[in-house]
Amino acid sequence: MNDIFIILTAVLVAINCALLGTFLLLRKMAMLGDAVSHAVLPGIVVAYFFAGDKGSVFILAGATVAGLAATFLIDFFSRRIRIQNDAAIGITYTLLFAVGMILIAVLMQGNADIDQECVLYGDIALINFDKILIDDNLYIGPRAMYVELVAGIIVVSSLVIGFKGFKLISFNEDFAKSVGIKTSRWHYFLMALVTLTTVVSFEVVGAILVVGFLVIPPASAFLITRKLIPMLVISALTGIVSVVSGYFLALWLDVSITGMMVVMAGILFAFCFIISQLRSHKTLAGTGFEQKTQEI
Amino acid sequence: MIWQSAIDFFSFKDPNVVYVLAGIIFINSSSALVGTFAYLRKRSLLADAVSHALLPGICLGFLFAGEKNMPALITGAFITGWISIYLIDLIVRKSRIKQDAAIAMVIAFFFAIGIVLLTYIQKHGNGNQAGLDHFLFGQAAAISKNDVWLFAVVFVVILLAVLLLYKNLVILSFNPDFAQSVGIPVRFIEFFLTSLTVLAIAIGIQALGVILISALIITPTATARMWTHHLKKMIVIAILISVFSGIAGAFVSYTRAQMPTGPWVVVILSFITFVSVVMAPKGLLRKFIVRRKNENKINDENILKTIFELKGFSEKEKMLVFSTVELTEKRLFDTKKLDAGLRRLIRRNLIQHKGNEFELTTTGKKEAARIIKLHRLWEQYLLKRTSIDTDHVHSGAEAIEHIITPEIEKELEKELGIEGIPEDDY
Amino acid sequence: MKQDIHAIEVHNLTVSYDGKPVLWDIDFNLDSGQIIGIIGPNGSGKTTSLKAIMGLLKPASGFVKIFGKSLDEVRDRVAYVPQRESVDWDFPASVLDVVLMGRSKSQNLFRRANKTDIGIALQSIEKVGLTEFKNRQISQLSGGQQQRVFIARALAQQADLYLMDEPFVGVDAATESAILELLREMKSNGKTVLIIHHDLQTVSDYFDYLVLLNTRLIAKGTPPEVLTRENLSNAYGGQLTLLSKIVDLIRQNEFPVREKGFDL
Repeated sequence: MNDIFIILTAVLVAINCALLGTFLLLRKMAMLGDAVSHAVLPGIVVAYFFAGDKGSVFILAGATVAGLAATFLIDFFSRRIRIQNDAAIGITYTLLFAVGMILIAVLMQGNADIDQECVLYGDIALINFDKILIDDNLYIGPRAMYVELVAGIIVVSSLVIGFKGFKLISFNEDFAKSVGIKTSRWHYFLMALVTLTTVVSFEVVGAILVVGFLVIPPASAFLITRKLIPMLVISALTGIVSVVSGYFLALWLDVSITGMMVVMAGILFAFCFIISQLRSHKTLAGTGFEQKTQEI
Repeated sequence: MIWQSAIDFFSFKDPNVVYVLAGIIFINSSSALVGTFAYLRKRSLLADAVSHALLPGICLGFLFAGEKNMPALITGAFITGWISIYLIDLIVRKSRIKQDAAIAMVIAFFFAIGIVLLTYIQKHGNGNQAGLDHFLFGQAAAISKNDVWLFAVVFVVILLAVLLLYKNLVILSFNPDFAQSVGIPVRFIEFFLTSLTVLAIAIGIQALGVILISALIITPTATARMWTHHLKKMIVIAILISVFSGIAGAFVSYTRAQMPTGPWVVVILSFITFVSVVMAPKGLLRKFIVRRKNENKINDENILKTIFELKGFSEKEKMLVFSTVELTEKRLFDTKKLDAGLRRLIRRNLIQHKGNEFELTTTGKKEAARIIKLHRLWEQYLLKRTSIDTDHVHSGAEAIEHIITPEIEKELEKELGIEGIPEDDY
Repeated sequence: MKQDIHAIEVHNLTVSYDGKPVLWDIDFNLDSGQIIGIIGPNGSGKTTSLKAIMGLLKPASGFVKIFGKSLDEVRDRVAYVPQRESVDWDFPASVLDVVLMGRSKSQNLFRRANKTDIGIALQSIEKVGLTEFKNRQISQLSGGQQQRVFIARALAQQADLYLMDEPFVGVDAATESAILELLREMKSNGKTVLIIHHDLQTVSDYFDYLVLLNTRLIAKGTPPEVLTRENLSNAYGGQLTLLSKIVDLIRQNEFPVREKGFDL
């Protein structure tokens, strides 16, 4: 039973990340997602220190503030100070991550809930200790699963309702602005969703490996399909396959579960990459179809 | 208390302190050196990928050697670091995926392999693995005498390579196509440079950890860049900033046992960055001061110009006495700014008090005439070279008269064929 | 439409980038029902001017009016065609997807495209001759076809004023003449088209009115009025060294392009 709950939780993480990651990838902001996932750490630690409870909404608020602060800071460095964009990302996330580490050392001495390891790869195997019981004895699953579920509902409904907007700003931001869409609001909305996902996934998969869930499945899907909705679906599916296969492999080899899930995502990507290479060779060597379409 | 530990720290009585400091100096200098070229080649984030990719290499090195043998670990790290760069390059070259996504993927993938291997070692290891997790977050205190020797060798190799290849590296970083065209072995030097970068990161992760080490590559150079445009100076500044932060970070963690070294190094480094953002030659502070100075200059020159417009002084010794009321009637001056401007003009001896009113001095008269001249020259230039409505010419010249240098003034006169003050006024 | 209302009125427009004026005190009025060209050397502020008109860049001073009103009031009557290279054509979308984006407005973002929208999009695709490619992925189109997709998207906006950034760059001769044909048809329907163009050979054939830029407005008027030896040498012949020296001084010294409180 516990296995199923762990897998279900991980599946929810994978779906949330894959859907948002698709838009990050299309907006060429994968590294911004990476930066945000590192940068939420100080927010989480401070909020945890004051709220003293893992499930608190303070954590969410604190981390969201930290995540958006990172987005602003990167913007400030690259636009106002004119530091190269990738250097701006590097400076910002290392700083915020370092602050988070120091805060852990100062505020969390001897506290088992937030320590260095969980920052890195979460403790998905332990989520079952934090159970939700109905009538004191009916076990309906770990709290983390329901947190992920709520986050998933928020993410999916935001993406469904805002689909047109996200698509427009991802393909052609200037055009979106020209028809009167407030693109920076949409941008920060997307980043807020990414932060939300990172934070709720934090205790399950850790702050760094979450990047793997955000970026690798969408990249696999991007190689397989050239349509947006199939890309979202395939992205979520490869995410799910990675976590399920990764879970059992990790149990078999007795290694980190989250780590193995991301490794599986990488291996799936390698498959997609090889298939796409074979396919493009075939088309080129085949009918000359590509050349023919070059002219009308 | 803090002084006592400062004395302990800097008296180097404790050999461990010496090892740590020497190690940090070599590590930080090496990473700042290669970081400069990474930054110039816009490859800062590649260093990020490499640093995460070293973790599986460290673990493999450990599995191979069966113990925490530094050369084995670094060799492993070097190999996986290189593979990560190759993979990023392969993905970008062969598919539609762009570089930023490729980097993010490789970071997560290699890191995950590292975590898997680490947990494997922890569960199946023979007990020698203690301290392997230092590579995650860095543990500067763990630097040993042998490590220092290794770091020193790496530093010397990097330094020599940079010194010997300096010219080629500069051309390559600035313009790789040109480098190729003049027969520089671009591919070889790129390979070499990347190897040095991987090496510098590899020796640094023991002190800083795989996540924060990229700060040592990126931050010092980006900060040094704010202070100078000169490449050699930039390298020196980057090394100084980095080494200073390293020593300061080590000191903090020496005084407070629970404080981690790596994060403090990064925080101090970033603090220097923020200070530079404000204080550097092109920083926010100078911008602010220059803007104020410009505003004052414009204000003062406008006062002089208004006096001219008010009185005119083509004839000799016409009345050059004026009151503030007259000035504000002619042009809408802010009273506070007008007063401050008049005070500055008096200090510069361009005007002087005359009872309750003011009087233009001889130098002031010259200065006013110069401004009017520049204004009208620019009006003429705009009319000649561009399409501008005559009712817009005046406003177009309004700000520019204050910035025209004597050199440009001469060129304007030459180009327009005008000497003295142009007659036409718009 | 009343004669005194211009399709575009650009008044004392200055746009700075990093403290450096890229467009400086530009003034022009453009009448409707014409095909108008913006020309000038590389880096002369052509794209900047189009973006400023479209409200994508904030001017340092001056203003733009479209059909006598602010842009937000008449946004539905303006269509913008960015440079083809400005987007990543690997984006997972079909021709129809992209053209349907032309039906998007800030008011209808949260509802799905309806039958009317799809009908209009299909018509627009037909007008640019891409009907047989309507379900093709945009990455599998040639440069000329991609440009046609962009123009179809603008057509789907059913605007009165079209702003196009270099629509003739990187397209084959057949596409160029097809686009030109379409522009003339639009003009005969009373539409106004403003186009950034770089090929001086064809300007007299293509345009009714020209705006010649090089940071400042060098000339405006009908092609014969603008294409004089003097104007061209001012814009292209390196006659503006003093102007660029001043521009550099402004940037280095953080100098304002316009004095405070002095906005004519």
